[in-house]
Amino acid sequence: MAREIITAIVDGILLGGVYALMAVGLTLIFGVLDIINIAQGVLVILGAYLSYSLFTKAHIDPFLGLLITIPAMFVIGVVIHWAFISRLRGTERTSMTLLVTYAVALIIEGILFKIYGADNVQISPRYVNSSAHVLGVYIGWIYIWGFILAVAGVAVVYALLYRTRFGRSVRAVMQDETAARLVGISVNKVAALTFGIGVAVTAAGGMEFGATNAFNANSGYDLISRLLSIVILGGMGSVGGALAASLFMLTLESVVTVWQPTWAVAVYYAALVIVLLFRPRGLFGRKAVRAQ
Amino acid sequence: MNVRALAKGGGLVALIVVAVAFPQVFTNPAVTNYGVLALIFATAAVAWHIFSGNTGYISLGQAVFFGSGAYAMGIAARDWHVQGTGVFELLPLCGAVGAVIAVPFGLIALRVRRHTFIVVTIAIFFIFQLMAFNFWFTGGSSGLGSPFLTWAPVPYNQNFYYIALAFTAGSVVIAWLVGRSRFGLQLRAIRDDEDRARGLGVKTMRVKLTAFTVSGALTAMIGAVWFYYLNQVEPQTGFNPLFDLTLVLMVFLGGLGSISGAVLGALIIEPLSLWLNTQPAFSGSLSEVMLGGVFLLVVLFMPRGIIPTGREYLTKLRTRGQPAVSAADADGAAAAAQSASSVNSGGAR
Repeated sequence: MAREIITAIVDGILLGGVYALMAVGLTLIFGVLDIINIAQGVLVILGAYLSYSLFTKAHIDPFLGLLITIPAMFVIGVVIHWAFISRLRGTERTSMTLLVTYAVALIIEGILFKIYGADNVQISPRYVNSSAHVLGVYIGWIYIWGFILAVAGVAVVYALLYRTRFGRSVRAVMQDETAARLVGISVNKVAALTFGIGVAVTAAGGMEFGATNAFNANSGYDLISRLLSIVILGGMGSVGGALAASLFMLTLESVVTVWQPTWAVAVYYAALVIVLLFRPRGLFGRKAVRAQ
Repeated sequence: MNVRALAKGGGLVALIVVAVAFPQVFTNPAVTNYGVLALIFATAAVAWHIFSGNTGYISLGQAVFFGSGAYAMGIAARDWHVQGTGVFELLPLCGAVGAVIAVPFGLIALRVRRHTFIVVTIAIFFIFQLMAFNFWFTGGSSGLGSPFLTWAPVPYNQNFYYIALAFTAGSVVIAWLVGRSRFGLQLRAIRDDEDRARGLGVKTMRVKLTAFTVSGALTAMIGAVWFYYLNQVEPQTGFNPLFDLTLVLMVFLGGLGSISGAVLGALIIEPLSLWLNTQPAFSGSLSEVMLGGVFLLVVLFMPRGIIPTGREYLTKLRTRGQPAVSAADADGAAAAAQSASSVNSGGAR
């Protein structure tokens, strides 16, 4: 039993890293653009299918394929922002963008169904089923590599945010859009690039998700509800909060699964509800803005 | 009284006559099926409007009530061995189930502001879908069947049509009463500026929760009707994420904040999506793509919806070419303003 729990904790942390990468994209988009990107879940699935196609059709290793899929997803993100999101103005903007991204999710999902059908697939290079034996615990290599990839991805995003001029503009827009505009930051450009980056991370997250889970076009719903829970729990717009919350949630779910596989997801959502009862702004939420 | 008020009254009467006569003229069950489902969705859209349209809190968790109502009816009919038309007597119970669920749901979700509220409703929705899949009394993934109704196909659809019509009319009346009451004003004050509303003495939590509960009870009842009509509910159809999106699409297409907009949107979207599903060219997933596409077009090109945009256009037509303010014109403008504020429960923004 003790061994199972240790395995579960390790699995949870390793998977949590991958979810952190996807959640960071979501929370960044929220922080800068003040919108909730419902399409994030299905974009992860799109990223997974891209890796899957590259692997099965062109025999490109999924990790190597990221060199193609990450830029591709970045472009998709910028296009979505340009075509739909940048055009919305006015008081109902936040609710409208939510609906727009939901519609985009529907369209992508429908197209994926048309192309790939409803059967579950999995990205399965040779090393997916081999595992490392560390301190009496078996851990799949794919989880370890995925975790390393996720840590690297999050580190890149952090460096981008805190070590570059672009990152400083991003943080300025997060703090006060009007002031940022006044000091000469091109808010629209920052928003487009942020959306692109937020979507680009789904390429890596999707590859990892597709290698560890069987998925089809429908899997996006499950993913987005998890990602949203993580982002809310961490406090919307807080990158550090998203990291902490995804490690916490995935570990919790993984540990509960040892006893109760069917209800583990419910515990996960229940944790969200309980936290919100006591801290409506999440664990690391920013101060509420009046009349948001 | 003037001509315009008479025309409005006449229009309303004509609308009622058309609605009542529809299944008598088109008796083909394939056609009345469209009518029944459109009215079911119209009721759900008006129920959505009562809470979300008035307060501006977009709820994507209405399927919680819809599915719970369906399951409540299915479980009660099964366990208490209710048969035939007696099943309809369970409808108030289904409404009560919706209300009982809405209170804790609202107490949790309404503690947070707009963006987070949307997401919390989604999370709670998924908890309910999961429960429908996994509880011992819900029939798991194969769902529940309803007791058999011994009605022939033609009166079957007709009867359900009139039941759904009664629910639509009832929910419109409730929404209208809410809209013109002090309670409705409080809801719209919350939409415009919640902090200020509270500062002026509106008990915001209580008001929001009341509207949410009314909306939930109505949605649960119409969910139960929907279940009995289709004879079947599964976790993924009763608790369907697309259901919420479809409702919101209907309301935005018709015009957010107006009752007539919610009804009109439902009457357009539901038959359209049913029809798309029957076309081989758009079968399966492509109807989803179409739905998303229509949605994007609406949001980008007519963000305020048909009713407000149309009303604006009519006013422009009416006042064009008459720049001089005559007595009749001033009278007309006043009447137009009056009718606008009484029809559009959203009122002036």
